[in-house]
Amino acid sequence: MNYMFLIYSQEIAEGLPPEDAMAIMEGHRAVLGEAAAKGILVSADALKPTATATTVRGNGSGYLTLDGPFAETKEQLAGYYILNCDDLDEAIEWAKRIPTACKGATGCIEIRPLHGVQIPAPSAPKA
Amino acid sequence: MNLNAVDAKEAIEAVFRKDSGRILATLIRVAGGFDRAEEALQEAFAAALVAWSERGLPENPAAWITVAARRKLIDYSRAERTKRDKEDSIRYEMESRALPSPAEPVHMLLNSQSPEYDDRLRLMFTCCHPALNQESQIALTLRTLGGITTPEIAKAFLTSESTLAQRLVRAKRKIHEARIPYEIPPPHRLAERLAPLRAVLYLIFNEGYAASSGDSLVRRDLCAEAIRLARVLNDLLPDDAENLGLLALMLLHDSRRDARIQNAQLVILEEQDRSLWHREQIAEGIALLESALRRGPTGPYQLQAAIAGVHAEAITAAETDWRQIAALYATLYRLNPSPVVALNQAVSIAMSEGFAAGLSRLDELEASSELDGYYLLHAARADFLRRLGRTEEARVAYERALTLTVNPVEREFLKKRLAGLRQILG
Repeated sequence: MNYMFLIYSQEIAEGLPPEDAMAIMEGHRAVLGEAAAKGILVSADALKPTATATTVRGNGSGYLTLDGPFAETKEQLAGYYILNCDDLDEAIEWAKRIPTACKGATGCIEIRPLHGVQIPAPSAPKA
Repeated sequence: MNLNAVDAKEAIEAVFRKDSGRILATLIRVAGGFDRAEEALQEAFAAALVAWSERGLPENPAAWITVAARRKLIDYSRAERTKRDKEDSIRYEMESRALPSPAEPVHMLLNSQSPEYDDRLRLMFTCCHPALNQESQIALTLRTLGGITTPEIAKAFLTSESTLAQRLVRAKRKIHEARIPYEIPPPHRLAERLAPLRAVLYLIFNEGYAASSGDSLVRRDLCAEAIRLARVLNDLLPDDAENLGLLALMLLHDSRRDARIQNAQLVILEEQDRSLWHREQIAEGIALLESALRRGPTGPYQLQAAIAGVHAEAITAAETDWRQIAALYATLYRLNPSPVVALNQAVSIAMSEGFAAGLSRLDELEASSELDGYYLLHAARADFLRRLGRTEEARVAYERALTLTVNPVEREFLKKRLAGLRQILG
């Protein structure tokens, strides 16, 4: 059984001081390294901040592309795709094709670019 | 010819206003991003200040700036490569630091058929990308394509410079981080991408024209800039009827600019001195509109231009073909059923069928929409009532309208009407 782990975090404008950010990265590396060593790691990455988000919402007759993250509290996370697109326009085209009514009523797709964090290989020596 | 620093500064400002959008568009394509392109352009302007004061104005200042900025970009990438490769770069640096001489022939760079001509259109689509919010689209378009400084934009849109600067930084970061493309959209995406682009240009125009607040000189610049950018859009995509309609609409409105404000007071269409209208601009607007309508399909900008055209062609206010205007508004309302269009439709009904008919359309509107906070609805109601001789009701409506606008020109107009009514009421 694959489980998805969603990391929720409060965004602060100035970001973390470098040493704190390093400590958190180390924490991730430790967990990911362990999971990789056990052979259970499927995929993981960090999302760029919500300021880089775009929301695509179908409205029956067409699609609305909007700046910013999705903010409708009635809608719940129902799944995810990770696609390697050339640019945001290609990503938006894909977003329009992804069904969003999985859980009953209609929803939207939030597009967030990934950082492309390097994940430790299973054999990576742990510090 | 020797220039002093003041003359050089003036020459630089002229290039900034007229050509920086075009130059920056190319630099952004070459650099693959905003930040470096802007940095290179700034450095080129700084270098020009020194070089032009010492050696005189080059034959083609814009080309000089372009070449200098492109060399700066080469400098940056060499410096970076050097840092990576740890190579001796002195030879390259010596080469690239040489600035163009004043007489250097660089006309080919300014050829309107060259790829840089398309760069502005690419940049327009990037700045008006739907994944950016509209405020950012406007700020970015004016800042990068308009040659309008951040303080000027802040002044025109009544925001603080720091808020605006932040908005620009955020928008540029999003373009970079989310990889908003820098390209002319393929044909199947063009229609949906042109709509926000036209909306931004029209909002810029309206902000200048409607004068919701602020300095009148800056506002005139906004109108001129919107018209200039709409011309660029039409030059680059000449086969689009709505692009033509948009330019026609702006020209027809703008043709009334000198008659519209007199002694810092708003003069309504009916009372304008029509001899002050710019006839050649009207002729151009009508010609553009006719070619748009021939081309089709008809859209909201063409319909609004057609309405402005009917007004423009009336020699006196009394000769206005209000029936035709009412019919055009009815068509526009079908395409764009907004309360503001409905309000204008009510006015055209009042003018063609009588003020009582117009008033009942306003009543319908007020009952069915959230227009109660809209000052023009109350101003229109007041006007209809005044003309129907229902003076006391008119006074109440004018006073309501007054509470809903902060614009000094509009307030002055409403106050003048109120004073007139008070005389009648005694």
